[in-house]
Amino acid sequence: MAEQHQTAVAGNGLLDRRIFLTAGVAGGAALLTAQAGGVEREAWMQMPGAPMSDNGAPSAHEAHVKRLAVSSQPGTTGTGVSRTPLEFLDGLITPSRLHFERHHSGIPAINPDEHRLVIHGMVARPLSFSLEALTRYPMKSRIQFLECSGNSGGLIAPEPLQQSCGVLHGLVAASEWGGVPLSVLLDEAGVKPGAKWIIADGADAAMMSRSVPLAKVMDDAIVALYQNGERLRPGNGYPMRLFLPGWEGNACVKWLRTIKVMDQPAMTKDETSKYSDLNEEGIARLFTFPMGVKSLITSPSHGFTMGPAGLYQVSGIAWSGSGKIRRVEVSADGGGSWADAALDEHVLPKCLTRFRSAWRWDGGPAVIMSRATDDAGNVQPTRSAVLQGRANGAFYHYNGIQAWAVNEAGEVANVYA
Amino acid sequence: MSMRNALLLVCAGTVGMGAALADDSPGLGQELTAAELAAVDFTIMPDGDGLPAGAGNAVTGRDLYNQNCLGCHGENGTGGVNDVLSGGHGSLAGPRPLKTVGSYWPYATTIFDYLRRAMPFQMPGSLSNDDIYAVTAYLLFVNDIIAEDAEIDAESLPQVRMPNRDNFVWGYTPE
Repeated sequence: MAEQHQTAVAGNGLLDRRIFLTAGVAGGAALLTAQAGGVEREAWMQMPGAPMSDNGAPSAHEAHVKRLAVSSQPGTTGTGVSRTPLEFLDGLITPSRLHFERHHSGIPAINPDEHRLVIHGMVARPLSFSLEALTRYPMKSRIQFLECSGNSGGLIAPEPLQQSCGVLHGLVAASEWGGVPLSVLLDEAGVKPGAKWIIADGADAAMMSRSVPLAKVMDDAIVALYQNGERLRPGNGYPMRLFLPGWEGNACVKWLRTIKVMDQPAMTKDETSKYSDLNEEGIARLFTFPMGVKSLITSPSHGFTMGPAGLYQVSGIAWSGSGKIRRVEVSADGGGSWADAALDEHVLPKCLTRFRSAWRWDGGPAVIMSRATDDAGNVQPTRSAVLQGRANGAFYHYNGIQAWAVNEAGEVANVYA
Repeated sequence: MSMRNALLLVCAGTVGMGAALADDSPGLGQELTAAELAAVDFTIMPDGDGLPAGAGNAVTGRDLYNQNCLGCHGENGTGGVNDVLSGGHGSLAGPRPLKTVGSYWPYATTIFDYLRRAMPFQMPGSLSNDDIYAVTAYLLFVNDIIAEDAEIDAESLPQVRMPNRDNFVWGYTPE
């Protein structure tokens, strides 16, 4: 059945994506290496296994799958990042324990019983909400991505950094975020005419603060309490965080403490001196919130070594802060030709979308890359297009096409193509 | 009044205005007194709204900086292991932009706001408002933006015009 789709549809061995629609992808096509069989009873089948536990943990054989490149600024702990190990993951949900972190002064040890969310400023009634009170509000839950606007910043380096997919691009993750629509709380406080922004503060030691347009807040912002079905992890804002679907992670203030409704932004340190985009003429753009359309191949990627020539799955993630992914194309000849990738069933707005292509690697050198298009018609740009006009060192909002080179030994490297 | 009675009164008030709420909102927000609000309101706006009483200058600011900031940010705001705070003027359109408080930051009020929130890193909240005004003045002074003896307070700080103020555009325009 699968055989009929094994004809190449783009250069250097890319096959028709319909191979994923036919039953038994691994059957005749043998995309995956078959496990050797024949043993009647393996060692772990000869006695009862381990008991239940009250807290799940990954297999001991997966202990290497951890957050990557955990680092902090000199003289500090907890002022830096840890990255999602994208190259070890599949599907669209990021396990909470592997969700990247970006903190500005560590993770506060918040007592949820003492924490309050205060809404004030240009409102009729300044209000305070306990966590217990918030849990009684109608909630919304959506599966969406969160990306630091500094993600992929290493791709501005003049020569390609030989680092893994997760180290280079792991400041993105997708979770099911559940919480109370902030619009409901603002309506209760009574927003006054003329209000246009909120200033959100966190309860961390740096009191991280960002200004967010009121229009976005009333559209789809939530005070998130849940991540992947459980209460937020401390590193992601326990007990509550602001979540702004599709917008840069820094504005999704963790450990949310106060919201001040105002008619203008506060021009905080992070929104002016940090998360602003400088061009080569010395002009900086403020408030560049939405994350651009982007994709990357996670398997194979830097650090992988291919087996023998033959049929391989090329898999990756695509996302856009503007909406749904409409299309992902994959090239195996450095962008000379492209073939549509198959998208997994769940194609959700402002969420990671998993794509897959079948590639018959001939054992020779190849450059593989992916290119996403969202439902607003935005097409992922090339690296050179992203960097065009930018100041030297301007690394925020990098969404260029990622190329991986496979050599004759099957080794995969980061390249600019 | 006991805390319990106070809470009951607040609840009664909340229920009273609950009629204006959407049917699906339980209306559980607790109203706050002005004093309770002031205790959590750290926002400082570019026009100076939110700046507290107090004052300082770069002379006292230098001592405070050297005690609290120099370890990470270096002498006179440069040469430390963390963010460079001074210099870089005129570098932004060149081959090696150096973004510092003096060369990049558009608003002087942001300096006070950030220092009060987050610095000194190991002990945020440990400096008085006078101290924070003084360190703010020192950072402006080492960037050649104000004189060493200029008094910085809630009146004068918003009037300080940062050199790079006009080189920002907005990527988002509110409706």
